[in-house]
Amino acid sequence: MQDKVVRDRTRAKIEKQIVLPLSKAVQISLESLRMRFGRSLVTMSGIVLAIAFLMSIWTSNAIIEELRDSGDSRIELLLQTKGIETSAEDVKAARSKQTWLISLSLLVCGVGITNAMLMAVTERYREIGTMKCLGALDSFVAKLFLLESSFQGATASIAGTVIGFLLSLVASWISFRGAVIQYFPGIKILTFAGLAVLIGSVLSIVGAVFPAIKAAKMQPVEAMRIER
Amino acid sequence: MAEQSIVRTEDLKKIYKMGSTEVEALSGVNLEIQAGEYLSIMGPSGSGKTTLFNMVGGLDKPTSGKVYIDEVDVAQLDAYELAWLRCRKIGYIFQTFNLLPVMTALENVTLPMTFAGMSSDEARDKGVALLTRVGLGDRILHKPSELSGGQQQRVAVARAMANDPAIILADEPTGNLDLTTGREIIELLRELNEESGVTIISATHDMKMLSVSDRVVWIRDGKIERIERREDIEISVGTIRGKDE
Ligand SMILES: Nc1ncnc2c1ncn2[C@@H]1O[C@H](COP(=O)(O)OP(=O)(O)O)[C@@H](O)[C@H]1O
Ligand SMILES: [Mg+2]
Repeated sequence: MQDKVVRDRTRAKIEKQIVLPLSKAVQISLESLRMRFGRSLVTMSGIVLAIAFLMSIWTSNAIIEELRDSGDSRIELLLQTKGIETSAEDVKAARSKQTWLISLSLLVCGVGITNAMLMAVTERYREIGTMKCLGALDSFVAKLFLLESSFQGATASIAGTVIGFLLSLVASWISFRGAVIQYFPGIKILTFAGLAVLIGSVLSIVGAVFPAIKAAKMQPVEAMRIER
Repeated sequence: MAEQSIVRTEDLKKIYKMGSTEVEALSGVNLEIQAGEYLSIMGPSGSGKTTLFNMVGGLDKPTSGKVYIDEVDVAQLDAYELAWLRCRKIGYIFQTFNLLPVMTALENVTLPMTFAGMSSDEARDKGVALLTRVGLGDRILHKPSELSGGQQQRVAVARAMANDPAIILADEPTGNLDLTTGREIIELLRELNEESGVTIISATHDMKMLSVSDRVVWIRDGKIERIERREDIEISVGTIRGKDE
């Protein structure tokens, strides 16, 4: 009884830690990325490749489709001499092969992101432990890693999209010259670009979920660990 | 009980299980620490100092026994209360300094204030004042990699003081420092203890710590061997180090 009274009186002295606004996590994760830029570049290169591949395929598909629909007989002839499928069946078969390749490259990319983020979490055990000793909540630590990965993903996806588009444009230009400009599917390509950036960013967030949970669950005693 | 203890442990035990082997790192520690005390925990490496610290600091859970901070049973706290306790009530100082490498000295000091919900302007002013207090007023924008070990530990001391904690827990704060630098850190801690009344609990096997401590707890094999008061220490130190004193 006595014990209970004492506890209730003093219990009020301990409050609950506040949840920080997201802007603080954004600020810290951006700074962390800036400081480890070289390291991020390595992680980002995988995403750049995968998204560039995706975007180049989408771009060339869109350009060829536009040319095919042009109804211009000279262009039709050009398409035929280049050996590009014009029958609906052939197009369908080629598309499903592309989808398979794209899915595979995105999957590999996602695994790469998870792997890179897991390494980052393992490497920074002391930092994570220290932050927890300083009062960071689990959710804050998770947000740091999710944000870091999503910024990396967004940047890499934008770069990949631009690179993929340009490569595909150059390739199409070599084959079809001015026709590409004449029948340029601007709106379509812009939509695809937006979609590619979105896919890359979402992939980076999804890939970082498991590492972020791992980081959030790390114990503050990790800060004390001494490597011998 | 006239004076309320700020930290109290009751029959504290910690057993680490590693596969089939068990290590009893703490075997029944009863300790009472008064507010404002400078307490040193002395003991050889492996005696259980860090383990005791982790329990007292709310960083790890004991196998059995209890830890009370300000008479609150730490085991009763939820995750949010524990984070609050670590943020506001306790300041931690580590043997390995543990500054966040991507942040400047000032950002390191203001981070706990951010966690406590303080505005950036207020945090910056307070951070500058704290860094000035520990003698690094001209180094506030340096990264940890640009600072010496002693300077990094000073930043860590300033960071530990960020939210005016009631307790500072320092685990071998001089373990990675040379003699003179270590001495300076110890004196800094003692000054802060006298200025602000913050309770200092410091684990060490560094004899330099003895002279500044109000009490010394000697620990061996997870048990308290003896507790000495300052008066007794000065006599024994005098005899141990009679020549160089
Ligand atoms: N995480 C752990 N897992 C297993 N054993 C541990 C762990 N931490 C400490 N120990 C053991 O507990 C004992 C006390 O360790 P510690 O508290 O680190 O001592 P000190 O800080 O005094 O050097 C040692 O025997 C050590 O090997
Ligand atoms: Mg230790």
